[in-house]
Amino acid sequence: MRRFIPIIIFAIIGLAFAFGLTRDPRKLDAVLIQTPFPQFSLQSLEDPSARMTEQTLQGQVSMINIFGSWCVACNVEHPVLMDIAAREDIKLIGMNWRDERAQGQVWLAKHGNPYTEIIFDPESLLAVKLGVVGAPETFITDKTGIIRYKHIGPISPEDWTQTLKPVILELRAE
Amino acid sequence: MRGIFIILALMLAPLCWAQTPPNDALTFEQIEVRARNVGRALRCVVCQNQSIDESDAPLAADMRKIVRARLASGETEAQVMDYMRQSYGDYVLLKPPIQANTAVLWGLPFLILLIGLFWFFKPAKTAQSKTPHNNGTAS
Amino acid sequence: MIAEIGHFALILALFVAMSQAVIPAIGTRKDSPVLMNFGRRAAVVQCALLGFAFFTLTLVFVGSDFSVKLAASHSHSAKPLLYKISGVWGNHEGSILLWTVMIGIYSAVFACSKQDLPDKLRALTLACQGGLSTGFIAFILFTSNPFERLFPTPIDGNGLNPVLQDPGLAIHPPMLYLGYVGFSIAFSMAVAALILGKVDKDWAKWLRPWTMAAWSFLTLGIMLGSLWAYYELGWGGWWVWDPVENVSFMPWLLGTALIHSIMVLDRKTNLAHWTVLLAISTFSMSLIGTFVVRSGILVSVHAFAVDPARGVFILALLVAATGGALTLYALRAKTLFVPAEFERISKDGGLVLNNMLLATATFTVFLGTFYPLFIDAVKGSQISVGAPYFEATFAPIMTVLIIFMGAAPLLKWRKSNLSDLKVLRPSLILITLGIVTATVIFKTHIFAFTGLGLALYLALSSIIAIGRRTQWTAKLLAKQSVRYWGFFIAHMGVAILTTGVVSMSSWSHEAIGRLKPGDTLTNSGYEFTLQNPSTGRRENYEYLGANIRVTRAGKPVKTLYTEQRFYPVRDMVTTEAGFDFTPAVTIFAAIGEGNNDDGYIIRANYQPLVTWIWFGAFLMSMAGFISLFGGIKTADRQKGRA
Repeated sequence: MRRFIPIIIFAIIGLAFAFGLTRDPRKLDAVLIQTPFPQFSLQSLEDPSARMTEQTLQGQVSMINIFGSWCVACNVEHPVLMDIAAREDIKLIGMNWRDERAQGQVWLAKHGNPYTEIIFDPESLLAVKLGVVGAPETFITDKTGIIRYKHIGPISPEDWTQTLKPVILELRAE
Repeated sequence: MRGIFIILALMLAPLCWAQTPPNDALTFEQIEVRARNVGRALRCVVCQNQSIDESDAPLAADMRKIVRARLASGETEAQVMDYMRQSYGDYVLLKPPIQANTAVLWGLPFLILLIGLFWFFKPAKTAQSKTPHNNGTAS
Repeated sequence: MIAEIGHFALILALFVAMSQAVIPAIGTRKDSPVLMNFGRRAAVVQCALLGFAFFTLTLVFVGSDFSVKLAASHSHSAKPLLYKISGVWGNHEGSILLWTVMIGIYSAVFACSKQDLPDKLRALTLACQGGLSTGFIAFILFTSNPFERLFPTPIDGNGLNPVLQDPGLAIHPPMLYLGYVGFSIAFSMAVAALILGKVDKDWAKWLRPWTMAAWSFLTLGIMLGSLWAYYELGWGGWWVWDPVENVSFMPWLLGTALIHSIMVLDRKTNLAHWTVLLAISTFSMSLIGTFVVRSGILVSVHAFAVDPARGVFILALLVAATGGALTLYALRAKTLFVPAEFERISKDGGLVLNNMLLATATFTVFLGTFYPLFIDAVKGSQISVGAPYFEATFAPIMTVLIIFMGAAPLLKWRKSNLSDLKVLRPSLILITLGIVTATVIFKTHIFAFTGLGLALYLALSSIIAIGRRTQWTAKLLAKQSVRYWGFFIAHMGVAILTTGVVSMSSWSHEAIGRLKPGDTLTNSGYEFTLQNPSTGRRENYEYLGANIRVTRAGKPVKTLYTEQRFYPVRDMVTTEAGFDFTPAVTIFAAIGEGNNDDGYIIRANYQPLVTWIWFGAFLMSMAGFISLFGGIKTADRQKGRA
């Protein structure tokens, strides 16, 4: 049945292509799940003299959200974060990425500040350690500071109620 | 025929990274050259399918800076590549490492080449050298 | 109004294409010359309609009619005329229209050609071409209409991207498409031959000119693309193994195999199965290329804006065309000649080996290009396959290929003897000695001189082949057929290209330094001096420019001008390197960040023989054209005599 070999090979290729169409090649899987949040030592956005390190995350479940005043999708996400911060008791840490300090502060003053603390990372030092590709991205760490979940793109209210919040509750129960 | 296989073996052998000499006091130029070597081997994760060395994207620029800083602090090229691989995974390496999920990728081309050459040259020996006298009969 | 007329012509073309697909096929079935002949007329009319539609779109662009959405987003009234025209195919909708126009042109030329084809073969080939046209015109009309209007009409267009205003980008796509699409004739002739159950010497003869034309255009197109990328991107890459480059390379590799397998089929009606499959796969690779570029399935720097509907549509086209043809093959394979056993040591054997190696090379490029997709589907892991992989796998295959490429032309057809290769012995010994000595003396990497040696071996053996054939006399040399010259020039082109690639990758050198004005950087005997850096502002960008004076041992060579540009609107930095191309050495320099006090980062590059890469490729494509037109002329003359 050698004459069927070409069409069989082509069928396999066609299936792979069809599968490829269902995937967004720009989406990267997180590689850092189940590893400790990387060590860092960066300034705080509000206070240049204050140093922030991974110690900030120790002891309780935290959510780290990467944002920038230049980032369009962050504008979409921001009201959701404001809402979460107002209603829930949660440690939400911001990471102001590739931004000018003044611009970041103005942006927060204008749209409101949902964050408990804000890491200032203008040169992607922490972002590269975290494998960040774009903003916004959100990480959830457990009580021991290990990354347990990563969300890519803006958080919608449904994302929060259906995925992120259950993850946080589960981690708190651990 | 043996010659071909020797050449092939020679070509297959140095598939590993060029080792960098230990660095005591690196000059700007030395770091720059190494930074570009590393830059060419790392994929720019936002702009896609360009190395960070070629890319104009801001994140690529930051990654270049980080690569330079780490090289300047005394890390080897391989260590810097590993650092990036830890956070971005195999995806960031433009040269896929040889491991379980790339065995097919690295092995198959050479396997096919060898099978092809074997198929081509094996029957020739039996069919030809043993029957040198049938020149008259057309094939 | 003009846009509507163009749109209407396109709709008409769709109906003509549909009738071209159906009526000649019915004619073949019913043995009706009238119906069969309909295909020829339909092809010409269809070509005219498509050409007219394309012409109207060009008018829209030239006239800066921004009520047409495509012109509004890809053109601008301030563009020079040439770039207004090239802007027509500088986007997805226009380029796919150009693709389709090319199918129309090839069909029409095929319909009008004086080739002495059997009516049925011609009718079925045109029917198949009509089917392909139908698919592509439908694709345009349903997913990518270039004539769509925009309301309200913008005051000016949006397409003043300076990176896209380049003569290279203006002529590179049409050449490439002439290549891609040209293989459609081979595809359709294969389908027709399968239906008729007649794949023989004659078929090979008819197939040859079309394949040769497509291959020559594709070679030229790829060469221009490479030259453009090298010049425009300015970091010294002439080939970066990007998916989009790879998908243009795969039809080229298979097309090269096809040209050679046709030679075998032409001689002794062997390799019938293989040649048919090659003809189908070569065009399928063109289709896959189109699919990849326009579906966003693989990420590439060159990809067009992505729309999933387009991806699904082209995949459906691919499945219909390739899947249909391969199913037909499976059903009809029995009617083809059974492959006869062939002598390994003979020209036939060499050509089979050539095909085997080119197919392996194609497979390797295919595997590397699509492996990320496959491994994601199977294991869900994400990896990248970049240039280093292709260099490591492709080079050995090419090495083996060149070794046999040098030997095979010295062998006789049908049955030859290893003693035919004895003439190579002296040059082989000398080359080997040369490689060893040079490597030891210059302490270079083993590959450097081995590569050069290979290229030299190929050139010498080609010269020996032609010399032995003509007994080294000018009289016999003049009598050689054009085709033989085609072989000689093409193989010399490969030798020259190989020399360029090896030299460039072994001896090119980059020096980077932080220079203050007046400082000098030395690279490979050239001194690069930074002169009067200055900043300023033009239309839509800010620039940092500088002259780099290049001298060699104190003697002036050239002053290069380089610029770094910052486009605030797009937040994009580009670098314009300054080049000096000479046949032996290309030098270029580029400026990076800096200021007068700390100095500027300057990259100074020295790349020997890099121009040989494009010259070699250019020779190959010219060899194709020479052999094509020479072949047509000879055929005409023979016909005249008969």
